Amino acid sequence: MQSAMTLSFSQTSSFTRPNHVLGSTASVFSTPKNLRFCGLRREAFGFSPSNQLSFRSNQIRTQSSGLQVSASASSNGNGNGAPPKSFDYDLIIIGAGVGGHGAALHAVEKGLKTAIIEGDVVGGTCVNRGCVPSKALLAVSGRMRELQNEHHMKSFGLQVSAAGYDRQGVADHANNLATKIRNNLTNSMKALGVDILTGFGSVLGPQKVKYGKDNIITAKNIIIATGSVPFVPKGIEVDGKTVITSDHALKLESVPDWIAIVGSGYIGLEFSDVYTALGSEVTFIEALDQLMPGFDPEISKLAQRVLINPRKIDYHTGVFASKITPAKDGKPVLIELTDAKTKEPKDTLEVDAALIATGRAPFTNGLGLENVNVVTQRGFIPVDERMRVIDGNGTLVPNLYCIGDANGKLMLAHAASAQGISVVEQVSGRDHVLNHLSIPAACFTHPEISMVGLTEPQAKEKGEKEGFKVSVAKTSFKANTKALAENEGEGIAKMIYRPDNGEILGVHIFGLHAADLIHEASNAIALGTRIQDIKLAVHAHPTLSEVLDELFKAAKVEGHASTGQEMQR
Amino acid sequence: MAVSSSSFLSTASLTNSKSNISFASSVSPSIRSVVFRSSIPPSSHRRVMTVRSKIREIFMPALSSTMTEGKIVSWIKTEGEKLAKGESVVVVESDKADMDVETFYDGYLAAIVVGEGETAPVGAAIGLLAETEAEIEEAKTKAASKSSAAEAVVPSPPPVTSSPAPAIAQPTPVTAASDGPRKTVATPYAKKLAKQHKVDIGSIAGTGPFGRVTATDVETAAGIAPSKSSVAPPPPPPPPAAVNGKATTTNLPPLLPDSSIVPFTAMQSAVSKNMIESLSVPTFRVGYPVNTDALDALYEKVKPKGVTMTALLAKAAGMALAQHPVVNASCKDGKSFSYNSNINVAVAVAINGGLITPVLQDADKLDLYLLSQKWKELVGKARSKQLQPHEYTSGTFTLSNLGMFGVDRFDAILPPGQGAIMAVGASKPTVVADKDGFFSVKNRMVVNVTADHRIVYGADLAAFLQTFAKIIENPDSLTL
Repeated sequence: MQSAMTLSFSQTSSFTRPNHVLGSTASVFSTPKNLRFCGLRREAFGFSPSNQLSFRSNQIRTQSSGLQVSASASSNGNGNGAPPKSFDYDLIIIGAGVGGHGAALHAVEKGLKTAIIEGDVVGGTCVNRGCVPSKALLAVSGRMRELQNEHHMKSFGLQVSAAGYDRQGVADHANNLATKIRNNLTNSMKALGVDILTGFGSVLGPQKVKYGKDNIITAKNIIIATGSVPFVPKGIEVDGKTVITSDHALKLESVPDWIAIVGSGYIGLEFSDVYTALGSEVTFIEALDQLMPGFDPEISKLAQRVLINPRKIDYHTGVFASKITPAKDGKPVLIELTDAKTKEPKDTLEVDAALIATGRAPFTNGLGLENVNVVTQRGFIPVDERMRVIDGNGTLVPNLYCIGDANGKLMLAHAASAQGISVVEQVSGRDHVLNHLSIPAACFTHPEISMVGLTEPQAKEKGEKEGFKVSVAKTSFKANTKALAENEGEGIAKMIYRPDNGEILGVHIFGLHAADLIHEASNAIALGTRIQDIKLAVHAHPTLSEVLDELFKAAKVEGHASTGQEMQR
Repeated sequence: MAVSSSSFLSTASLTNSKSNISFASSVSPSIRSVVFRSSIPPSSHRRVMTVRSKIREIFMPALSSTMTEGKIVSWIKTEGEKLAKGESVVVVESDKADMDVETFYDGYLAAIVVGEGETAPVGAAIGLLAETEAEIEEAKTKAASKSSAAEAVVPSPPPVTSSPAPAIAQPTPVTAASDGPRKTVATPYAKKLAKQHKVDIGSIAGTGPFGRVTATDVETAAGIAPSKSSVAPPPPPPPPAAVNGKATTTNLPPLLPDSSIVPFTAMQSAVSKNMIESLSVPTFRVGYPVNTDALDALYEKVKPKGVTMTALLAKAAGMALAQHPVVNASCKDGKSFSYNSNINVAVAVAINGGLITPVLQDADKLDLYLLSQKWKELVGKARSKQLQPHEYTSGTFTLSNLGMFGVDRFDAILPPGQGAIMAVGASKPTVVADKDGFFSVKNRMVVNVTADHRIVYGADLAAFLQTFAKIIENPDSLTL
């Protein structure tokens, strides 16, 4: 949940910060039970191993006889619930993004007859206009960066003559990747017997959904997973050519000489990495006083030294881009900057292009929410910690859930998927509350940034409030053999923990493959593993994972290795 | 800031156990902590104040070779607190890392002149240290007067370029609509370079799209070769084909059959670019014959000690330049002389398929043996492509010698950013007549200097050559 705050800060930093962020922050702290891992841990233990295994076997089985499974599933559902009337489905998911997909797969595994409604393309933002194609571009930028760094190459004894690229080839790579992943997603659902219904879905009433022109279907439970679209603050005119959002940028139709990026969160940072590697100069416009506001302050400062300062990037902080006019009539893109505090006009910029990366707005219009008396808050659908939708009177709407970006709790693809799985667990009779503090986040710059749990200031504030001490341990990539072999010794890992009981509060990594390294920490948080236990685990040598090994060993915990009892506490 | 600063204190404290300043970048030397000494204030106008009492100034230290200013992350000590020698007083953020700054003296932190979050140039006073408690008050009053002065010193954050530039210097047709005084628009990298090379960006006429100042403009203004081949900036990749498609269709005759096209290497591209740029400079040439019998004799004597002819010539040129500073100057903006504080003689060397000019810095000051040693080192580095940018871009005068090939005279092209280049031919026996009409055979070489006529005039160059010839003909001074 902390990450939720982190994320909204960073992504919506320029404009949408106030309410949304405060809202989610408030929800974090007003439900302190969520922050304790104790209650959740047992569930997590019971849940994950069995889940993994059964999921696999299910997949194998259904490949041979997909229809049979869904048939048995539906009869199973009818027998269990015994509602007054019969339903077309046990579960309908509106939106086939990563969240809906994760929920659908898990629902089939639980024996639910499942349909998924998609009005656009399967895969949603992540697969088609987000994480997936951007990783393709970043894979290119990482290589360009390396090949262009003569010093780096020379230190390996390699000689490379001027590296160049073909823009269309790069763009095709991103597009092909998206297509491939989209097909994988579609096939996996088809193979399991999930009905993919095409058309725009909306809620007609309790347990009733409309899709396409006038197809009406019923379901015992409904999950809204409609995701989000790029948020464009008012005053900014997007023409898709010179003033663009991430949707356009990922198609890489041009590489401008000079591009302004509005917002320095994940999206902005990743694109700055891509554009500078491809030869553009970048100007960041950030509404808050610091770049990368959502990250742990120490990490963002260090990251700035590596990702911003040495590159062809400058920045304006504490300013809004109050008006952006696309290039036309032989004039460049014009950006008017307004002081974020005084609201006074401050400066104008003339650039070749502007990328709006001010965060994402929920896509919840036309969902028929008024039919169930639900009022969105700044577009987000209000939910409780079990993703149950809350209506305008503050009461729960039965059988209606909302996951992913549409509820705004934590706008990450894998969080949406985790929320979906949590909902399916609940509707199939097992109570489950997702621990958002164990959900990792990553930014795929070169080098990468990753994090899980609280930042240092957040942990200190919490410690002060709840009366425990907070300690910080740090290790450097410079001491890691594998990192040095790669000539990539730049980076640190930082752990925030409780010295009294060894609980991990947060881990932040900046360095080579940080996004892959974070999972040891996020799993430890999810499973409630204490430092004194995990520090005894063995890591292969020489690997980057030893950075974390060293991090755990660097922590000074007062307690000793926990016994089973301590784990239960 | 308040929160983050505390976290940085902990970084600092951790540095002792782990190499935590790894972010200082792998290239830079890992300085762990810095000790400031206040005994020798670097700026003379402050010295007056320092001497008067036992109140010492705490200066912004230079934490890295590229650091020009630093930001105070946090003061570890508060005003009035007692300090022991070696204790950390303040955390300073440089362009590379945050570092603890320790005191070199016992005493009291009397006053903080530059507060947390503020920036000060290297060498500026950031705080005052009193030796005794009694002096704290005195220091404080001093600080009060200083801080008002200090504000002027604190440079504003990266130039936002709002200075109105003369509207005449807009060569692009795009800005036809004259909407009042236009401000200078500079790209992020151009601003970075301008700061690095201390070029006033407002004075540069932009040649980029919409009249903006580009990195190349700044490099040209700074008189340095666009650093294509250097390590730091990656060469800009080719723009999308759609853009430059029409630019390349010029009417060149078709290639003969079986011809081949070999693209330039990075070094060759840099040479090509420099040569084209040189066309914008009005140059002229002056030749001069020099008798080398004495020099040849000296060379035979010092050769066993490792002295090379290059070092002898560079030294002679350096000494002559010291007497004629205008030949060592350059014209950067077409409006002024830039007199260089050092005499750095660049010497052209052919390196497999390329050309590079390693620089003998302070050629006038270093003795022959040091110069020769230095030269060997530079040539070795050049061969293994390990020259650092400052080792081939910092020249103020260039020497090109083709004498070893038997060339008797030639004409060199003046590299952009320098005032003059000397082309040295072979020394060979020549029949000369002295003023009484007697013939004799003497070793003689012809040197030919190309110079920028905007700053160096014919008489200047002639006088310089005369001095140079005198030094070569009476070479004893070279060994001094």
